[in-house]
Amino acid sequence: MNQYPLWKNILVLLVVLVGSLYALPNLYDQDPSMEISGTRRADVSEDTVKRVTEALQQAGIEAKGVTLRDAKILIRFKSSEDQLKAQDVIEKALGYDYNQALTLAPDLPDWLRSLGAEPMYLGLDLRGGIYVLIDVDMDAAVAQAIERYTDDIRTLLRNEKVRYLQVSNEGNAVLVKFKDQAKRDRAEQLIYKEFRNLKIEPVDEANAYYVKAILSPNEIREVKKFALNQNITTLRNRVNALGVAEPSIQQQGDRRIVVQLPGAQDPAKLKEMLGATATLEYRLVDTEHSVEDAVNGRVPPGSKLYRERDGQPVLLKKRVIVTGNQITDASSGLDQRTGQPAVFVSLDGVGAKRMRRMTNENVGKPMAVVYIENRTTSTTVNGKEVKRKEKVEEVISVANILEPFGRRFQTTGLDSTNEAHDLALLLRAGALAAPIEIVEERTIGPSLGKDNIAQGVESVWIGMALVMLFMGVYYRLFGMVANLAVAVNLVMIVALLSMLQATLTLPGIAGIVLTVGMAVDANVLIFERIREELRNGSSPQASIHAGYEKAFSTIMDANITTLIVAIVLFSFGTGPIKGFAVTLALGIASSMFTAITGTRAVINLYYGHRRVKALSI
Amino acid sequence: MEFFKKTTHIDFLSKRKYAFVFSAALILISLVSLVTRGLNLGIDFTGGTLVEVGFKQTVELANVRSALEQAGFKDATAQHFGTSKDVLVRLAPIADMKSAAISDQAFKAMQQVDTSAELRRVEFVGPQVGDELTEDGGLAILYSMIGILIYVSLRFEYRLSLGSVIALIHDVTVTIGCFSLFQIPFDLPVLAAVLAVIGYSLNDTIVVYDRIRENFRRMRKGTPIEITNVSLNQMLSRTLFTSLTTLMVLIALFVFGGEIIHGFATALIIGIVIGTYSSIYVASTAALMLGLSKADLMPVEKEGEGGEVVDDQP
Repeated sequence: MNQYPLWKNILVLLVVLVGSLYALPNLYDQDPSMEISGTRRADVSEDTVKRVTEALQQAGIEAKGVTLRDAKILIRFKSSEDQLKAQDVIEKALGYDYNQALTLAPDLPDWLRSLGAEPMYLGLDLRGGIYVLIDVDMDAAVAQAIERYTDDIRTLLRNEKVRYLQVSNEGNAVLVKFKDQAKRDRAEQLIYKEFRNLKIEPVDEANAYYVKAILSPNEIREVKKFALNQNITTLRNRVNALGVAEPSIQQQGDRRIVVQLPGAQDPAKLKEMLGATATLEYRLVDTEHSVEDAVNGRVPPGSKLYRERDGQPVLLKKRVIVTGNQITDASSGLDQRTGQPAVFVSLDGVGAKRMRRMTNENVGKPMAVVYIENRTTSTTVNGKEVKRKEKVEEVISVANILEPFGRRFQTTGLDSTNEAHDLALLLRAGALAAPIEIVEERTIGPSLGKDNIAQGVESVWIGMALVMLFMGVYYRLFGMVANLAVAVNLVMIVALLSMLQATLTLPGIAGIVLTVGMAVDANVLIFERIREELRNGSSPQASIHAGYEKAFSTIMDANITTLIVAIVLFSFGTGPIKGFAVTLALGIASSMFTAITGTRAVINLYYGHRRVKALSI
Repeated sequence: MEFFKKTTHIDFLSKRKYAFVFSAALILISLVSLVTRGLNLGIDFTGGTLVEVGFKQTVELANVRSALEQAGFKDATAQHFGTSKDVLVRLAPIADMKSAAISDQAFKAMQQVDTSAELRRVEFVGPQVGDELTEDGGLAILYSMIGILIYVSLRFEYRLSLGSVIALIHDVTVTIGCFSLFQIPFDLPVLAAVLAVIGYSLNDTIVVYDRIRENFRRMRKGTPIEITNVSLNQMLSRTLFTSLTTLMVLIALFVFGGEIIHGFATALIIGIVIGTYSSIYVASTAALMLGLSKADLMPVEKEGEGGEVVDDQP
């Protein structure tokens, strides 16, 4: 009696071993580090590693380690001061070609890393960082779309020489007024052909004939979706420029964006970045003059020297063909004829007209897309705050004009589908599609984050020590076994959090503390039941058996109700609260295993298969 | 060591009238306080800006207040947070000012008080988001109660289910009532704690119900009141002991967990004390008052599955 089959013992042992293994990375120190990755035209290689190492040596910064893995260089430093100093040094040494981001990296041995073991992912309240919830003004997005259609329809009718009395917008529709029915019918056909996504309706009134072009609810949904996606793309590009490791930009609901930047310590700068305006311009490439001369300072009048993203100089005509405001959509795909990656761009009426004229005159010549961003940065000079406007301009693509085109055209000659995708994103991301507003912000300073961790960990230890003391005194040997289960339970929670890479927050730590208190509950139930059986005159062995068996359904019922609460919390909570729900749920699940199966295994090993006169309970 | 060498024979239910009066009084006080004083809602629910700043040395709050006033924050409240070196400033939403600018300017004002000022925390919640969080919070409490109602109805019986929900409403009302009465700040973590109280208090109740069901089926003699009394006594040491261990860790959390977690720990401590009381005096009494009888808990054909089989085995 009271013996587990061998497989069950092995299972318990195995779970504990695997748990310990995956909890292990949390014991290693986290080094302040820097991650360097290549861009489109420059990969990191052994050579880059050499350049980085030399630059650091020259600057007298000691690196704990420089490793090249997965096309990324990871440099570890002894202190965060070294890390910040190195940031400048490496930026000078490598220039534009590489992206660098500051991060924390655990100093794991290779065998542990090869198992995929990682430390827990700490929430912003523990590691410090910025959380921003952004609201996208959807009404403005729809209003802009209608405005654009109004312009487009006006241009269309003018080009086709259909005379109208008035074009106005009314709610979610564009209303065009005509003098007679014939003109109206012709206009209706034209608009219908050109704008397939609008619902076209003729409206007759006394002495007036109208065409009503309505944005269907479907189309409005599309406009909103587009606005949100475009804003997310824009914000992602800007955040990436900040050089923060592991930034997270996510959609929340149908009009909100959550930006989370762990470790970012300058909320003012972040807010400036998010509010920056950017635009795109299409320009012709100046093929008549030499780029080298221009680089040496002899820029021909009417042209301007630009650089591509990889630093290559390009000479462009000053005259702008179309700007990003005139791009209504951009998507990536494959060219139907050649099967090559391509970007499909749609322009509005005015843009299409200009594009048609320019491309007519310049077939065979290259055209460039320039990305322009206006940033305001504030720096403190001699104790005074100085606002500086900065204009960043770079050429994101150069392609030949194969044939004249207008409203819709495609850009080919891209290296890969990835590049096509990126370009489409950039074309769309040029400007924010709709105004944004920050509706929630939470910034946690690094010192507070550290304090939170220290205090959280301290309360876990003290709480656990108190509980263990009581259990040991009150239930003696059985209590010690329960204590072992509590300790293993803690290891299991940490292991599960590490494996799932679920976010650990301060309320999450509170959840762990609470679980420690509640985990012994299962054991209290079992042990009280065993004592009761003993009092009723059962033999020690039978009491153990009955205690575990009878307490099981009670434990199950009690835990499932707590689990229901955890699930509700998870679905309604945000950020830190979600963290609480996760640790609570994981804690309950793993405590079921450790407190029931785990303690039984140990008790069975000790008491099973022999005559027992009295239990140490 | 054992607190209760033998199973106790306390006649809990004979005192149920006193318990009823006591609970009614608690709820009345809570409701009156909630109506008249309301909750000291944090910016999570009201909207506004909160800035926590750490200084190298002790700062006078008067200096901080006057600096904020000069910077144009008329109705800012400043208070020490944890130590006299930390200051917590609350700012109401300002209509003609960008949210982003408010916290920056408030921090700059405090830097003028003492240059060692270090930004520890900024929380800004727009009024609209505050309303949403309030709504979500209310819904969360409602949905967890409904979920529990369904689960307990399936596993036990509807009278017990109602009894447990009455106990839950009792616990939640009194816990929130305490926050209102003492004007302890009520923010998102406190709301999470209130939900945890729901889970915890129910845990206690379920354990007692489990035993009531078992005894109803096993004991031939005895009225429902007697059987319930026996069940409460049998579970007494467990109920008290589990509450004790949980309270110990919560007190550790309250004392060592830092200022930020105080509200959370307070809510749980209050909730667990109330929950322990209610699992003895409220939940079972309510079920009995609703007319719980032996026949209600006799196993039906359908019920003989899962964990319940274990119950009936010797």
